Amino acid sequence: MPLPQPFAKPVKLMPDKTISVNYLARVEGEGSLTIRFSDDGRPCEAQLAIFEPPRFFEAFLRGRSQLELPDITARICGICPVAYQMSSSQAIEAIVGSEVTGMLRELRRLLYYGEWIESHVLHIFMLHAPDFLGYPDALALAKDHPALVKRALRLKKIGNAIMILLGGREIHPINPRVGGFWQVPTKGELQKLLPDLHWGLAAMQESLSLLAELPYPNFERDYEFVSLRHPTEYPLLGERIVSSQGLDLALTEWDEFFVEEQVERSNALHSLIKGRGSYLVGPLSRFNLNFNRLAPAAQEAARLVGLSVPCRNPFKSLLVRAVETVQALAEAIAIVERYEPPAEPQLTVSARAGTGAGCTEAPRGILYHHYAVDDAGIIQEAKIVPPTAQNLRTMEADLLELAPQLAELPHHEAVRRAEQAIRNFDPCISCATHLLQLRFER
Amino acid sequence: MGKKLGPKIAVWKFASCDGCQLSLLDCEDELLSLAAVIRIAYFPEATSAELAPPYDISLVEGSITTAHDSARIQQVRESSQLLVAMGACATAGGIQALRNFSHVEEFAAKVYAHPEYLEHRSIDLAHSPPALRAAGDPLCGQDRLSGAPGILNRATAIAEHVPVDYELRGCPINKRQLLEVLNALLNGRRPEIPTHSLCLECKLQGVSCVMVSHGIPCLGPVTQAGCGALCPAYQRGCYGCFGPSESPNTAALSEALLQIGWQRADVMRAFRSFNAAAAAFRQAGEAYAR
Repeated sequence: MPLPQPFAKPVKLMPDKTISVNYLARVEGEGSLTIRFSDDGRPCEAQLAIFEPPRFFEAFLRGRSQLELPDITARICGICPVAYQMSSSQAIEAIVGSEVTGMLRELRRLLYYGEWIESHVLHIFMLHAPDFLGYPDALALAKDHPALVKRALRLKKIGNAIMILLGGREIHPINPRVGGFWQVPTKGELQKLLPDLHWGLAAMQESLSLLAELPYPNFERDYEFVSLRHPTEYPLLGERIVSSQGLDLALTEWDEFFVEEQVERSNALHSLIKGRGSYLVGPLSRFNLNFNRLAPAAQEAARLVGLSVPCRNPFKSLLVRAVETVQALAEAIAIVERYEPPAEPQLTVSARAGTGAGCTEAPRGILYHHYAVDDAGIIQEAKIVPPTAQNLRTMEADLLELAPQLAELPHHEAVRRAEQAIRNFDPCISCATHLLQLRFER
Repeated sequence: MGKKLGPKIAVWKFASCDGCQLSLLDCEDELLSLAAVIRIAYFPEATSAELAPPYDISLVEGSITTAHDSARIQQVRESSQLLVAMGACATAGGIQALRNFSHVEEFAAKVYAHPEYLEHRSIDLAHSPPALRAAGDPLCGQDRLSGAPGILNRATAIAEHVPVDYELRGCPINKRQLLEVLNALLNGRRPEIPTHSLCLECKLQGVSCVMVSHGIPCLGPVTQAGCGALCPAYQRGCYGCFGPSESPNTAALSEALLQIGWQRADVMRAFRSFNAAAAAFRQAGEAYAR
C-alpha cells in the first residue's frame, strides 16, 4: 500500500535559514531538530530538542527493593528492556558479591543477543534503510521490495523468539532476575532455536552485499569511541570501559571520567568526558575498539561489506549493525550448541549495604547504572546514564558538520539527510528522557 | 487505485517507553497483511509519512503528565472516530504514576542537580504533530512565555481526560489482544478481551498454582488475565502488569501474602508498580502504606 505524501511533515527552509524538523520520525521517542545558519550563511548551531516528558525513574526507584530493579528499569525502554535488566542486575550483584558466571552468564548473553538481533534488524531494515532508498517507511519499501522486507521481518522474529524463550516475552521480559533467571530452559528447548538461527545467519550474510551497495554519504568525523571491553569477548556484559583516546577504567570509576552537563536551551543533559567533551557510544565504537574479538563469521562479514578499523563514517553504522547482527546470530548458535542447563536457575542474592555499578552494551551503546543500597536491600540512590544521553552532543556536532552539505541540497532532501544522520545513532529518546532537564526562566 | 481505501489508523505516544507501539511492529507475521487492509495515517516511530485527520482508529500509548499533553489528547480525541488506550500507562498512568504518591517537586529535586530550573517550561508548538497543529493548539506559542505549569503533579490515564472506546491492559500489551481489537473494530464487532483474573488463565494452561504449591507470592488472583500466565509458567509470582481484574479481592490476597512471609512494605510495593494508580491497586497500596 503506497503511503502518499512522502515528506508531509512541516519542514521549512525558513527565511532566516533554519532547517527544522518538528517531529522526528522513525526514532524511538519524541524529539525535534533545528539547525541555524548565521547571516553569512555559515551554520552556527545544531540543536536537538527532546520533548519527551520526564518520568523520574531515579526518584521513584528510591525505596524500592533491589530485586525489583530489573522489572522496573526495563520500563524505561520498550526497545531495549534487556539492557536495563542486565545493567541493573549487574550493579546489584556487584554490591552483594554474587557474580553470575558459567552457563547462567551464557544464557544472559544469549538473551541479550536476542535483543540485539531484534533491535538491529528493526533499525537496519525498517527504520534506517528506507532513508537510504528514499522510502518513508518499511511498508512502502515492501511494496517494491517484498522479499527484502519479508526476510527482515523473519530475521527480527528470530531475535524475538530468543527473547520469548528466555524472557517469557519480547518486550519487558519476565524471566531475568538479579542473580540469574527464574527458570532456565532445557537443552531441547534451546536447540529448537537452531534451525531458525542457522537460516538467520545465512539470510543476514546474503543481505550484506545489498546493504553494502546502499548510497553512503561521504562523511567522516574524528570521534572519541567509547565501549566496554572484555578480555576475550566482543563487548556485551562488561568488564571495563575503554576509549580510542586511551580511557581504560573500572565501572566504579565512572564519575572520575564522565560528567553530565546542562546545556542552555537544549533541555537535555549531555554526558561528556571530563576535560575533553563529546564521545560516541554504540556499534561504531564497539566495532572499532573490539574488532579482533568479533566471531570469525562477523569479521568475514565486515570484510565482505568493505568495513575496516577505524570506520569513522557514522552513516556506515548501518553496516556495522549488520556485522553485529551476524555476530549475534553466530554467537547465539555457539551458545545454544554448548549449552548445558545450570544446576540452579539463580544465585542466592543477599542484602548488603553498599554501592555498585553495572554497565552493559545496549544495542545503541553502553548503558551505565549506579546504585546505593541499604542493608535491607532497599535502594537509596539511583543513577542511570542511557546511551542516547551520551550520544546527544555528538549527534548535534555531526549535524553542525553536515550543515554545509545540507544547505546545498533541495529542501526536502536536506531534511531527509538530517533525519538520516540522526538515525545513525539509533536514538532511543524515551531512554534519554528520564534525565531530561527542563529550564524555566523565572 | 480502484480499491476501496482502508480505514485510517493513527498511533500516538504520550509518556511511555514505546513498548506498546513496538508491539505493532512485533507482529512480524501479520504486519504486511494488516498494512494491506488499513492505512497507517500517523505512526512516527515507524514512518515519516502522514495522512491528515480525521482518523478511524487512534491507538494511544502513554499517560498524561504534562499540560501540553492534556491538551494534545483532546485533539487526538476530536480527530478520532474510535480511540483505543493501549497499555498500563494509557489505562492506569503507568510506572510514572508513582509520582502521584509523592510530590513532583521532591522527585525533581532528587533527579535534577538544579531543580530550581525545572518544572514550568512546557512544550512549544514543535511538540504538536503537524496534522493536529493545523487545528490549532491551545497552548501553542504561549506556554513558554506564560509559564503555564508544564509538568503535572500526577500521571494519569487517558480515560481521565477523554472518553475512551476501548482499553487494552498490560505492561506491555499482549500483541494477540491488539490484533483481536483491531480485527474486531475493523469488522464492526465487539473485541473479546477477558476481564477475569489470571488464576483462570493458569488453570486453562495447566500451570499449577505457584502460591499454593510453592508459597511464592503472586498477584494473579487480583490481576486481569491476558499475558498468558507468563510469570507462573516461569516459576515466579504474577507482579500485576495487567492491572486489577474485575472485582478483585485485594484485601484477602494481601492477608494471604502476609501469611506466607511478606512484610507490609512488600505488599505496598507490589501494588505500587506499573498499575499503581488503578483504583483497586491504589487502594490496596494505600492500605499497606501506613
